[in-house]
Amino acid sequence: MSEASSAQARGLAKWGLNLNVVLVLVFLYAPIVLLTIYSFSGARNPGQWGGFTLDWYRALGDDTRVQDAIWVSVKVALVSTVVSVVLGTMAALALERFTFRGKKVFDALLYLPIIIPDVTMAVMMLLFFTQAFDLLDDWFGLRIAKGFATIVVSHIAFNIAFVSVVVRARIAGMDATLEQAAADLYATRWRAFVHVTLPQIMPGVLGGALLALTLSLDDVVVTQFVAGPGSTTLPVYVFSLIRKGVTPLINAVSVVMLAASLVLVIGSLFAQRANEGRRRREPAA
Amino acid sequence: MVPAVSMRALTKRFDDVVAVDAIDLDIADGEFFALLGPSGCGKTTTLRMIAGLEIPSAGSLKIYGDEVGTLPPNKRPVNTVFQNYALFPHMSIADNVAFGLKMQKTPKADITRRVGEAIELVRLSGMEHRRPNQLSGGQQQRVALARALVNRPKVLLLDEPLAALDLKLRQGMQFELKQLQREVGITFVFVTHDQEEALSMADRIGVMGDGELLQVGSPEEIYDQPVNRFVADFIGRSNFLPGTVEDAATVCLTNGTRVAVQHAGATGEAIALSLRPERVQIADRDATPDGHAHLDGTVSMVTFLGSGVVYQVALDWMTIEVRAENRPSVPRRDVGDAVSLWWRDDAVAVVPA
Repeated sequence: MSEASSAQARGLAKWGLNLNVVLVLVFLYAPIVLLTIYSFSGARNPGQWGGFTLDWYRALGDDTRVQDAIWVSVKVALVSTVVSVVLGTMAALALERFTFRGKKVFDALLYLPIIIPDVTMAVMMLLFFTQAFDLLDDWFGLRIAKGFATIVVSHIAFNIAFVSVVVRARIAGMDATLEQAAADLYATRWRAFVHVTLPQIMPGVLGGALLALTLSLDDVVVTQFVAGPGSTTLPVYVFSLIRKGVTPLINAVSVVMLAASLVLVIGSLFAQRANEGRRRREPAA
Repeated sequence: MVPAVSMRALTKRFDDVVAVDAIDLDIADGEFFALLGPSGCGKTTTLRMIAGLEIPSAGSLKIYGDEVGTLPPNKRPVNTVFQNYALFPHMSIADNVAFGLKMQKTPKADITRRVGEAIELVRLSGMEHRRPNQLSGGQQQRVALARALVNRPKVLLLDEPLAALDLKLRQGMQFELKQLQREVGITFVFVTHDQEEALSMADRIGVMGDGELLQVGSPEEIYDQPVNRFVADFIGRSNFLPGTVEDAATVCLTNGTRVAVQHAGATGEAIALSLRPERVQIADRDATPDGHAHLDGTVSMVTFLGSGVVYQVALDWMTIEVRAENRPSVPRRDVGDAVSLWWRDDAVAVVPA
């Protein structure tokens, strides 16, 4: 009898777990599915089905402001990614390979952008730019306006932190004697880095780059604070559209952004898998 | 002849810890030299200073007469075989071996030829396109050797290169390394904590302990005439019989037995006699030959080792380890047997107590 009841309990538990999985999936993906469906809806009200249409995608194609915003977003993302990958990798190498005065403080400060809220970061950056521009104006008579450059600088500021964390994990897993072996085999520091260190940490660098790209493309809060007239990224533009009233155009824009993010995420998954495959093939010598 | 490596008061400090303490050492051209000592004795630090991976804190370090103290590793005519081999995992065997030549901008044709020769030398032909992780430990070891030797270094440094191999493979590689060293005629400096490895391979051995170089000599000298208890104890096993010096050729043990020795030291000095287990003869009680000191005792433990038998013989003032060969002509003893121990005069070494 006890056996039968325990089997019954197990069945119930299994059923409950399955239900849980379904609910989680619905909770996560139903909004995305709905968004995608309604981006093809003919009705002006975004929550109402008005027959299948591609009008909103066509409108997106005709809307130069959306296209400008996409173009700004891509440029900001690319420039800030390249710069933050270089600086972040250098910071990671410095922290893993060298000892220097103030290393602990530098380490802690580097993590700050990951921990502090976006709004704080945004206000900090805004304050910094205002003060810096005032000083430049006072001292050199330079008049600089907020715009593309300020967005890029702000994105670099928070991306460096994420890149260095990812790259550092990879460097920590790398055998440091490989670099010593390279030096022993007549490689200069630079050539040892290019021929030995970089190939070893490449998966980490690529992962960091994809993360930086995604974070930059996604960011609303910081960008909103430091953007100037004539330079609006896509997420900020979409946000401003919502305030004016929601149309299915936003759905279409969102689907495009979702698709782009999906491509990046899948890309980073592949990079990670290549990384793991390599690790598995390397014996833990 | 200029020594291959010459150290004078060479010192390395890490913060407050003295890892290598004012070492003076000359390693001759073409020599197979072993630095031997327990872990933490400073032998690897010494090797890394020769390689340029550590900068000396003080003293002079010359390679074939040129001062190299602060020269970076890539500017030194030496190459290293690392303990974990440190093969580049993202490169093929051929690319690993070619790395040093490429960095020195050797012409392409030369690289191909020399890499081929080096791979042949370590008998890995046909493996050129494999990755390091597709090779066994012993094969990886040989790749590391080829990668270093292909550059024709003036000195080859080996940091416990056999430690990661299993016993059978290690013994095979000991022989192979020695053979290889004779073939290429390059000075080898070899770091190990395994005394058997050092004894069987090296022309000369430097025994290190606690950052100091305690004794330098041929394997025979180190084994037969250790300068102190540490060396005698680290190289093989030894019994230490406490006593005092009576005159230049006699030592009086603490139980009153007088023993003839070759170099006793200063009269009245407290010393110990280092007596190797295999040098002690075991005989029936009172059956020892005349003219030799003997000690009477009882067998308290018997350990069978295959090639030999180890007896612990209890005297009334200490226990002595005796190793006898496992031969039909050598009678076996059992626990409780009353025996006498004796040895030839040249079988003992006098060391400070």
